[in-house]
Parts: sequence; C-alpha cells; structure tokens
Amino acid sequence: MPRRTDIHRILVIGSGPIIIGQACEFDYSGTQATKALRADGFEVILVNSNPATIMTDPELADRTYVEPLSKQYLEEIIAKERPDALLSTVGGQTALNLSIELAEAGILEKYGVELIGAKIDAIKKAEDRLLFKDAMKKIGLETPFSKLVTDVDGGLAFCEAHGYPAILRPSFTMGGSGGGIAYNREDLVTILERGLDLSPVKEVLIEESALGWKEFELEVIRDLADNVIIVCSIENFDPMGVHTGDSITVAPAQTLTDREYQMMRDGAIRCLREIGVDTGGSNVQFAINPKDGRMVVIEMNPRVSRSSALASKATGFPIAKIAAKLAVGYRLDELKNDITRVTPASFEPTIDYVVCKIPKWAFEKFPGADTTLGTQMKSVGEVMAIGRTFKEALGKGIRSLETGKKFGSETFDPALIPQKLITPTPDRLSYLRYALTQGYTVETIHEMTAIDPWFLEQLRQISEIEKELAASSLFGADKALILKAKRAGVSDTQMAGYWGVKETDVRTRRKELGVINVFNRVDTCSAEFESFTPYLYSTYESSCEAEPTDRKKVMILGSGPNRIGQGIEFDYCCCHAAFALQGEGVESIMVNCNPETVSTDYDTSDRLYFEPLTLEHVLNIVDREKPDGVIVQFGGQTPLNLALPLKRLGVPIIGTDPENIDLAEDRKLFGKLLDRLQIPSPDNGTASSVEAAVEIAARIGYPVLLRPSYVLGGRAMVIVYDEDSVRRYMREAVTFSQERPVLVDRFLEDAVEVDVDALCDGENVLIAGIMEHIEEAGIHSGDSSCVLPPQSLKPAEITCIEDYTVRLAQALNVIGLMNVQYAIKDGKVYVLEVNPRASRTAPYVSKATGVPLPKLAVQLMLGKKLHEVTHHTGTLPVKKTFVKSPVFPFNKFPGVDPALGPEMRSTGEVMGVGEHFGEAFAKAQISAGSPLPSKGTVFVSVSARYQPELLPVAKRFVELGFNLVATRGTAAFLRTGGLEVKTVFKVNEGRPNAVDLLKAGTIQLIVYTTTGALSFEDEKQIRRAAVTHRVPCITTMSGARAAVEAVASRLADPIRVWSLQEIHQ
Amino acid sequence: MDSAILALEDGTVFEGRSFGAPAERGGEVVFNTALTGYQEIFTDPSYTGQIVILTNPQIGNYGTAVADNEAAKPAIEGLVVREFSQVTSNWRSDVEANDFLSRAGIPVVSDLDTRTLVRHIRSRGVMRGMLSSGLTSVKAEDHARLVAKARALPSMAGLDLSTRVSTPSAYQWNAPDLPCSPSERMLAPVPPQYHVVAYDFGIKNNILRRLVNVGCKVTVVPSLTSAEDVLALKPNGVFLSNGPGDPEPLVPQIANIRKLIGKTPIFGICLGHQILGLALGGSTYKMKFGHRGANHPVFNKLTQRVEITSHNHGFAVSPDSLNDSDIEITHINLNDNTVEGLRHRREPVFCVQYHPESAPGPHDSHYLFDDFVKLMKDFGGKR
Repeated sequence: MPRRTDIHRILVIGSGPIIIGQACEFDYSGTQATKALRADGFEVILVNSNPATIMTDPELADRTYVEPLSKQYLEEIIAKERPDALLSTVGGQTALNLSIELAEAGILEKYGVELIGAKIDAIKKAEDRLLFKDAMKKIGLETPFSKLVTDVDGGLAFCEAHGYPAILRPSFTMGGSGGGIAYNREDLVTILERGLDLSPVKEVLIEESALGWKEFELEVIRDLADNVIIVCSIENFDPMGVHTGDSITVAPAQTLTDREYQMMRDGAIRCLREIGVDTGGSNVQFAINPKDGRMVVIEMNPRVSRSSALASKATGFPIAKIAAKLAVGYRLDELKNDITRVTPASFEPTIDYVVCKIPKWAFEKFPGADTTLGTQMKSVGEVMAIGRTFKEALGKGIRSLETGKKFGSETFDPALIPQKLITPTPDRLSYLRYALTQGYTVETIHEMTAIDPWFLEQLRQISEIEKELAASSLFGADKALILKAKRAGVSDTQMAGYWGVKETDVRTRRKELGVINVFNRVDTCSAEFESFTPYLYSTYESSCEAEPTDRKKVMILGSGPNRIGQGIEFDYCCCHAAFALQGEGVESIMVNCNPETVSTDYDTSDRLYFEPLTLEHVLNIVDREKPDGVIVQFGGQTPLNLALPLKRLGVPIIGTDPENIDLAEDRKLFGKLLDRLQIPSPDNGTASSVEAAVEIAARIGYPVLLRPSYVLGGRAMVIVYDEDSVRRYMREAVTFSQERPVLVDRFLEDAVEVDVDALCDGENVLIAGIMEHIEEAGIHSGDSSCVLPPQSLKPAEITCIEDYTVRLAQALNVIGLMNVQYAIKDGKVYVLEVNPRASRTAPYVSKATGVPLPKLAVQLMLGKKLHEVTHHTGTLPVKKTFVKSPVFPFNKFPGVDPALGPEMRSTGEVMGVGEHFGEAFAKAQISAGSPLPSKGTVFVSVSARYQPELLPVAKRFVELGFNLVATRGTAAFLRTGGLEVKTVFKVNEGRPNAVDLLKAGTIQLIVYTTTGALSFEDEKQIRRAAVTHRVPCITTMSGARAAVEAVASRLADPIRVWSLQEIHQ
Repeated sequence: MDSAILALEDGTVFEGRSFGAPAERGGEVVFNTALTGYQEIFTDPSYTGQIVILTNPQIGNYGTAVADNEAAKPAIEGLVVREFSQVTSNWRSDVEANDFLSRAGIPVVSDLDTRTLVRHIRSRGVMRGMLSSGLTSVKAEDHARLVAKARALPSMAGLDLSTRVSTPSAYQWNAPDLPCSPSERMLAPVPPQYHVVAYDFGIKNNILRRLVNVGCKVTVVPSLTSAEDVLALKPNGVFLSNGPGDPEPLVPQIANIRKLIGKTPIFGICLGHQILGLALGGSTYKMKFGHRGANHPVFNKLTQRVEITSHNHGFAVSPDSLNDSDIEITHINLNDNTVEGLRHRREPVFCVQYHPESAPGPHDSHYLFDDFVKLMKDFGGKR
C-alpha cells in the first residue's frame, strides 16, 4: 500500500501558543510531520498562531499561516488554499478539537477536505468519556467505575455510592485542565463546579480513584494495513493520582513481568482497533493495582502527544514523522528505520539504557497557587536524561532541571517529611532523598507514597553511595568509589560539595584516576544493528561510540527545560543555528536535554548530545568533539551561565565575547559604558545589603524596580512604592551576595516601553525590529503585547532609539544578536537593559520581517560581515502590522491574581497579522484565547488618575454599540463626560456587585486598572472571576485603547488571512 | 567472593560483580534484546549450552514466578547483565531472581559493559566463553586460563544438544495457558478435540499450554521416538518443538520426521522448523549472531501482515536450498530477509522459525496454533 496519489495538498494544524499541558512537543511533531510530507512531494499548508515555533518558518511549509486557530479563520484558509486533506493528529488537543469543529460545521465537506490521521468517529470515541468506556467494555478492558455528570448533584450521588476520594476529569480539556481529586464533599463541589465550567461541553467524568496504583503508558502506532507496533513503554515513578505530565516517568517500564507487559500490549492494540485509529500514533494509559494485578485503562489519545515526543526521544523512533507517512498511505514495513538504515520501521524499538523524565514547575511565579500535584497538570516544562541505569538517568535528570540550587543549599525540615512524602508537591523527590538520610526505610516510604519499592531501592542505593562519598575526600576516594558514584549519576559538583573543593578539582582528579565518561548511541535496537546516527548520551562504560569527525564544527548550547521566561523561542534560535551552520558547510553539534523540542530531534543537527547543560557535561563533550566554536547566545540564560566558565577553561566561544555579555549584566560596568556613550538610563544602583537598597531607593526616588541580577523572565522582580516594601523584599524575596547583588532602578511610571532586536557584525548594525509595547513600562516585556511597526512613537524617538542601538552594539562589540529595552517618558528615551544575545522576540521579528535573524547571526559569528549576509541596512521594513500577545496560565491556578506586573508569568505567545493595528490586535487576542467581544457590556473601573484617559475609550465603546457599567466613582466621571453608564457595587460595597454581573454573564469585557501599589482584595476578586468566566480583563489604559481599536476592527473588517509567503514575497 | 569474569575465546575479558551461584561455566555467548521476560529466557531449554547477555540493563526487578517457568529448571549456562536487582517488586513474584539462579547453580556476572560486549559479538559473531563467578579477587592468570578454557569448548556448530535436554519418557500435558491477572482477557481453553504428539527437542511449556488452549490433548515424546511409534499413538497431528544446538547432527530425528510427512499434519517451531527444513531436503546454516529478542518484524506473505515476534535461534534454513515446487516460504524476517516460516505446497506441513507461543514476547502470532488445529481438522475430514 504505497503513498496515496489522490491527495496533493495537506493542511496541518499546529497547537497554538505554549500553555501548561501543551508545550513545544507539538512544534516538534508538526515540524517532523511537515518535513516528512514535503519530502514525499505533498504541498503542505500550515496553520499555527504561535510565531515562536519552527513549524511556522516560511521555509518549512509551502504556505504558512500565523493566524488564529478558530473555525472562521480556518474556513477562510481552507477556502483560499483548497487543501485535499487535513492532518489533525500532530497539533495536540487544539488541532484535534478544531478538526472536529470544522467537520461538524460541515466545512470539511463543503470544501472536499478529507480528515486523515484519525477519523471523526475515532476522535469522538477516544475523547468522549462515556463512548470510551463503552468501547473498552466491549473489548473486555476494565475501566474505573465512573459516571458522566452535568451538574453537582450528579457528582454527589456518585460519591455516595462509590465513596471518596473520587477523580474528576472535565470532558474535552487538555492537560487535565479543571480536573482534580475530591477527598470530601467540599472538594467535590469546588472542583466539579470549575470543571463543568471549563469543559466546552459542560460535562465532567467522575471516577473511582485508583490512587496509589502503578501507572503506565504505551506508545502505539498503527498503519492502514492494521500492522501495530508499540514504540515504548513508560512507567510512572509517581503512582496514580499525579498527572502524567507532573510525574517523573521512566522508560522502559521497570516492574512488569512479560506476562503483564504483554497483557498491556494486547490491551493497547485492542484499544486502538476498537477506537478506530486507522493510522498514526496514539498513547494508551493503564493503571495496575500492585496488590493483585488488576489492570484498568485510564485513557487514550488518538494523536501524537507529549508522551509521543518523549517516546521518540527516548527510543530514537520518530513517531510524528512515521505517523505522517502512515496517514498518507504508507505501511510501516515500507518505511525505513533512519538510524539503522537497513531495517524497516515495522519493529518495536528496544533500548539498553534507562530514560528518566522529570517535570519542571514554576510555582514561585504564582504565589498563592496550590502546589499539590493532582490530576491537573501544573508543570511548565520537563527534562529527559539518559543513563545506563535508572540511578544514572535520575541523577542526570535532576541536574538538567537547573533548579539554581547549589548542592547542599536546600533546607529540609525533618518534621515536614511525612507531609512532604504523603502529599505530592514539586518537593517530593528532594524530600524522598532527604528522608532516606534520616533513617526512613524503603518500606516506610513506600507505605507513605505508594511509590514502587524498586524505585525507592534505587534511591536508597544512591543515598548509600552519597554517604560513602561524604565520608571520603578528594584524595581519599579511590577509583572504585568515584566510578561507582559516576555510574550512579552523581555529579562532579556534588562530590565537590562533599569534599569542599572546586568542581574542576574533582574533574581533574577523576580524570587522573581514569574515570572518564564515554558516549553511547541511541540506536532503537540495543546495538543489534549498526547505528548511523550520532545521537549520543554520556555514561561510564568501556568504549566510546561518539566517533567525532574532523570537519569544521560548531557546538550549540540549547536552552534546557521550558520555563516561564525561557521557552520555545530559544529553541527556535538554536534550531536555526543548526540549520545555518549546515548551510555554511559547518558541522552542527546540539546539546540539550528537553525532550519536547525540535532541537533534540536527531535530524535537526548533524550530531545530537542529549545531555544536561552543566559545566561538567558540556566539558565532557568539548573534550571529545574539540569544536571550533561554541554558540552560547541562543539558548537563553542557561548557556550564558556557562559562558564565562567555559571561556576561562579555554573553550572557544564564538559571537559576542562572554565578557561583554557579562558587562551588560554588570550594573557598574554597564553604567560606566552608558555614561561614556551619553545614553540615559533610569537612575539606579546595586545593593548587596538591605540598608544599601533602602539608601539607593531614597536617593533615586520611589517607585523603584527591584530585581536580582542574572535571571530571565523577571524572576522575583517587583515595583515598590515605599521603604517598608524595599525592606520586606530584601529580607524575604531574594537571596543576594556581593557577586549577585540586587538591582535597584528608578521606575518610570506610565512610560512607553520599546523592545529592539538588532544584528551586529562588530561594526555594522542592522536593526531588525522596533517593537512598541502595548502595556506600559512596569509590565514585564514577556507579558506585554507588542506591535511591529511601532504605532505611537514619534520619528525623533525612533531615530534616537536607532542611534542608541547602533552605538550600544558597537560599544559592546556585538557579533550576532542583541536585544535592547527602552522606555520613553515625556519624549525622552531611556535604556532599561541591554542583552547581547538572542531574545524572546527573535522568532516573532523573524516572522514579521521575513528575515531569519538567528540564521544571519550565525553567519556573522562565523566571521561574515552584514553586507555579505543581507542586502538590508538600517532598520528592516515591515509590510503589515504584527501584534504579539502573551498567553497566561491563570486558569490552572485558581486563586492567583492575574494582574500583570514586572514578573513574567505568561507561558506562551501568539501573533496576529493585520492591515492595521486593530485588526492585528484583535486576531492576536482571538489566538490568545481571550477574544474581544463585538457587542455587549463593558465594565469599567479606573482610579482617578486614569479617568481623563478613560473618557475617549469609553466614548468609542459606546459609539461601537456597547453599554457601560462602572463603579460609582468611574460612573460619575463618565456621566460628566455625557455618557450613559449603569452603576454597580464594588465587591465590598454590597450586592449585586461586579462579580455577580460577571457570573450572570452580563459583562463581556472588563477594564479594571490596578492602583499601582498593592492590589486590593476587591480587585483581585473581580480579576479572578474574570478568569473563571473567561471574560477578557484589561488592567492597563494602554491595553484598553488597544482593545477598543480591536473591537472596531472586528466590527468593520472582513475575516481575512495572509500566508507568510505572500507577505514576504 | 564478589568478583566475576567473562572470558571470550578471542581473548576479550570483562570483569564484573558476581551474583547467582559461585561457579565456572562455559558456553556460546549470545545476546537477547527483549525488554521483558528474563525468567522465560532463563528457563527456555533452547539456551542450553549458552551464556546469555541481556541488553536490558535492569534485570531482576520483578523477581520470578513459578507460573512463568518455561521448563522445570533454568537452562542457561550463565547470565551477563549490566545491573542485577537485589530487590523484587511484583505481586506475582515467588522467588528473587538471584535466588532463582543460585539454586540452579547458575553464575551471574553483572555491572559490566554489556553494550560494548554486544557490539563486539555483533561485529565478530557469537563465540565461546567462560563465566567464572564467586571470585575473591581476579588475577591475570585467571584471564588466560579462562580464555584457554573457552577455546577448548566444543563449537555450537555440529552439536546435538536437544537429545540431552529431551524428556527421557513420554508424558501427557493438560495444563492450559491461564490469565496472569484478573484483568487479562483470554479465550477460555477449548475442550480437547485433537490428540497431538509433540516431539520434545527442548520444548517450552508455553507451546504445550497454547496447544491445550486451542483444544489439543498433548502427548510429549522423547526426541528419538520413531515415526512408527508416533503413528501408533494415533495422533491427529504431530508437533516439532524448539530446542538447543545445531539441527544438522539430528540425523535420526530428521529421518523420523521425513517418514511422517504426508501421514499426519505437522507443525514445527524453531528447531522443529529447522528439522522440517532438513527433512524436506533443505539445508541449514549457522548465523553470525542469530536472532534473540522480542521485537523482530516478520512478514506473513499469506496475510500480508507484519507480526512482531519473539526469537531465539542461531541457525536458519537456507532459502535457496528449498525446492520451490514443493515448498513455499510463508514468512520472512523484514530485518534481514531470513526464512521465518514455510509450508509444503501439497502436504499438511508448516512451520515457523520464531516463537508464536511468545513467553516472552508479543502475542501477535498465536493464530498459528489455530492454523494447526484447522489443518488437523481438514486432514481428518480428508481421511
């Protein structure tokens, strides 16, 4: 059954912005699928609202639409492009849901588009809880007792019959959004109400709890000829009760006998056949009662998933690529295994190592959020590590997380052990290890956690080795001990910690003793066949399979796990670096540990090292590969933290000198540079004591912006208005030292903020984009919408920005990318910060200008001059209006105030394209999941200082046909301006208040500014209610002005779409 | 007492930790890439005369369960693993993996670089080796002595091992394959309808269990039972089992089988397949490192489907040696195009090189037992 010849044009839908539960694994799968389809001669039309993805690169697909993933826009694209088929299975839940919507609306039929991958019936059977249970029953697979409820009473009745705890899962939400475990009646009512609200079909499945059961997952692939293979088995370290996305997971499964494994395999295959997934990858989750082996099916996804990405990286079997080929008619046995070249894809990978995935959370960004891990996924990223044993993989995984915590700096409270073990939170792994040092036995810990004793025994063995190490010393430890420690995944830094020496001392000693790592290949077959793909991991064994070449080569350090402030944007840059190097005939070597990414695909770069981004591991690779250059400016803060140590050890860093990157972070040196260049910046100082901070704040005047140095994403950044707050911040919020002081800046209130990306070859500068922020200064740049080209800047301001940018780039001798943040207040331009490296906005600017910035940057790093790599000079032109908007995870963290501030909290971004600002902004808001209304009622409440600004905005809303509701003060003011306004109570004034109106659905948009300092409980309640009820809530005046433009556009402009190829022709 | 050595005939020596019984055992060193089912591998009589390297680095995790034995006792000469678990975690487990092997006198070497070893064997081919465990210290002389001993071992080629492991006398087998957990869905065993005589060349229990499940009453007979004696048992069909060693020296067995062709339906697995191949006039050859694992793609030419199959063989039937007008190759291995199954074009005879009974491995090929029953049914009808 060869490739189909009756279809030619295929529409691929991406997964939209990065959100919790749906991250860059779908950029990986979409990219792989698109590449695979094009390689087969299909034309691919790609849609994704997320500009930070590799998949939306204009070179990747034939037509690329960065447009909202909504029915109207998809119909417009389909009408324009007339694809023959729609591949729905590589864009996560978003693409699957959208495909169903398009099919059900008759749009696919109308335009003759065939759904390939998974058919509509199969999707529904898998996604609809009741249909799924019936289907499983039919094939003899057990599922937990459950019932679909549409109201709270139904839930209460179920729990009366089956008891607590009960698991709640809303239908058709991703990442378990809105789900939870109810231990009592009160929990049940709370979780159920939220779940019913979040489910697009207003249904929640309430289920018998299998808490404490062992949890497994199988990745299955099926072709049209009904050949089925299991790519990978995964066992969860955390038993049932913690969402798989929040669990430490291990491949292959470790504690199943063959009999049990085959029972599961049979079940998974029957499941796929019954659901009717004709082609492609699916995953099936099972739970096994460790007491009697009873097995239940938990769920299945009829599409490529987060675990598929993990399974692909864990085995070397490219699931998304194969799934795409199967969708267009190929059989598994017609496809080759790229790694062995001689064997077909119709086999089951087998591995001779252990893979460990560990999630990364960002609760520090959401004070007040419940850190308990349950059925709703809360992690923002993950790492994967490969080792020959579970112990080694776990150790490598833990250090891949970049917790920033130095060895031994973690503090534990023995009294907290039981609580920390019993209730899963992000701390559990640390506490497990701590408990073992405090005399807890494997048996006791098993009783408290239900974690399988085999896993706990491995932790115990590590703990024993650590004890031995702690009792030894640098020269006391013999080769056998050090080798044993390395084989159990202990890092050089950890040993250095025990012995009170430097990491490099351990390294030197270890090498003297001959304890040197080798690299093994990931080959899908446990060495049964030769591997032709240099996909490598380090371990301590006897022979090395790295086989470095003698070509000219450059190593790219990736960005590690996704986190808020450092995500897919940097992976985009790293991938482009690899492509650019290949284009220049230079061998590319990628180092990264994030399994979700395109960069860790074995065919993105010439050579892939799946390794932690720590000095030890990077040096190991450098020792083996001896690269001609190392690129550190593309992976965000992760590689930058390594840049100076690497340079000092003689590793050739290419591009901007790490000393200069560092200079821009060093307040004193940077201040001197600005003085010399006569470029103004807000008054500032650096404090390494509480008193110093207070003194500086008093000198420069309140409000001040406080933040630690050397962080990304505005971690722990605050604006404070008085001395008490400064003291509290210095005491409670940050750790600081002489080397890492706290930065204190004068905060420019109501200033316009501008981001600039530029390229420099050391002399000449190309300004790639001048982005005007929609939100005023003070809102983290990553959390602010921004627009290209700038809308309100005066020509003189732009000229000034251009001049400063050029001079800064030259002064810092930038070779590659640079990002500068400016604030404009009263016509004066201030530099806020300079980052001589790739920024979060690089992909957005690349998409908007049609010029791939990272690619040019790499060419510059390799020694070319700007004029050799581009014909552009000055500032790049922008042909339409492009708005980038952030996407927030507030719906995952009920109780957290969604007001924007200087600490970045968005997880992803979208881009809207329009003929003018309003249209682009409106589209961006649709893509961001908070579409602005085209009619209805606007609730406004602003502090007195904003009232004059509010009047024109309010007037415009009335002209556009909206009604106004306001709190007393605002209403009175607007009435003096001649507007008709209804008054509503504040929350603390009485009822019905604004929250009541929100709940009743009578408010479609909220403009509610913060008072600047501490936000009041009243405001928080309204903003939280807005999140719950999905009513867009604007907290700044500039945001309100943008919103009214967008609303006007929605009323006036037709639905229209442009492909990037059309725009940049 | 915690050191162990694996010495290969080419002089390569690996040192590791000692587990299992303190012993010195020799055999052909082979590797298996299955991720699950180490106990089934330990107890598969086809591993007689072989030291087994498991590529899955974590072995022993789930202990051993009586129900999972493929024979009364382990058959491997020795075990080579990357890490051998000292704890057991599985509700089905009866005995820890280490005790299980210790009691059977089998040595284990762990903590050595099994991947390098496997790559070595992949490129040089299987070779003889000595495994010595329970050593207090490892001396240079040990290396040389064990290498010399390995070189003195008989080669697997030309070795009749199946006669050694076959049952001394005939017996009945009635036990079916039963679900391993309350949740395993399995068709209830069919009441016995056919009498099958199974030649034991080193038979695995799960073959017998699968035969019972499809409605066979099984009489297991020693490998040298004559064709006449077999026919005297009035079987509805004859089954030829798996087993260790080289098929070529099994001259009387081959002659007996040749006499049975056409008289009764015959189904062969693994060594049984090779014996049939030889009985049908074909030849066999020794493979470089064989097929041992649970992930081999086999293409069934009759159904046009791919089966993921369980393998354990170091010899194979040469495809060119078969007379195409009599013999049809029904299954091929998609990894290397070796013969995986054949049938006679006119007589009721078919066989497969791989292990449709799995244990360990996927259940994709259970249908072959049904095919055997159908063959017996059709043949009976003809008679």
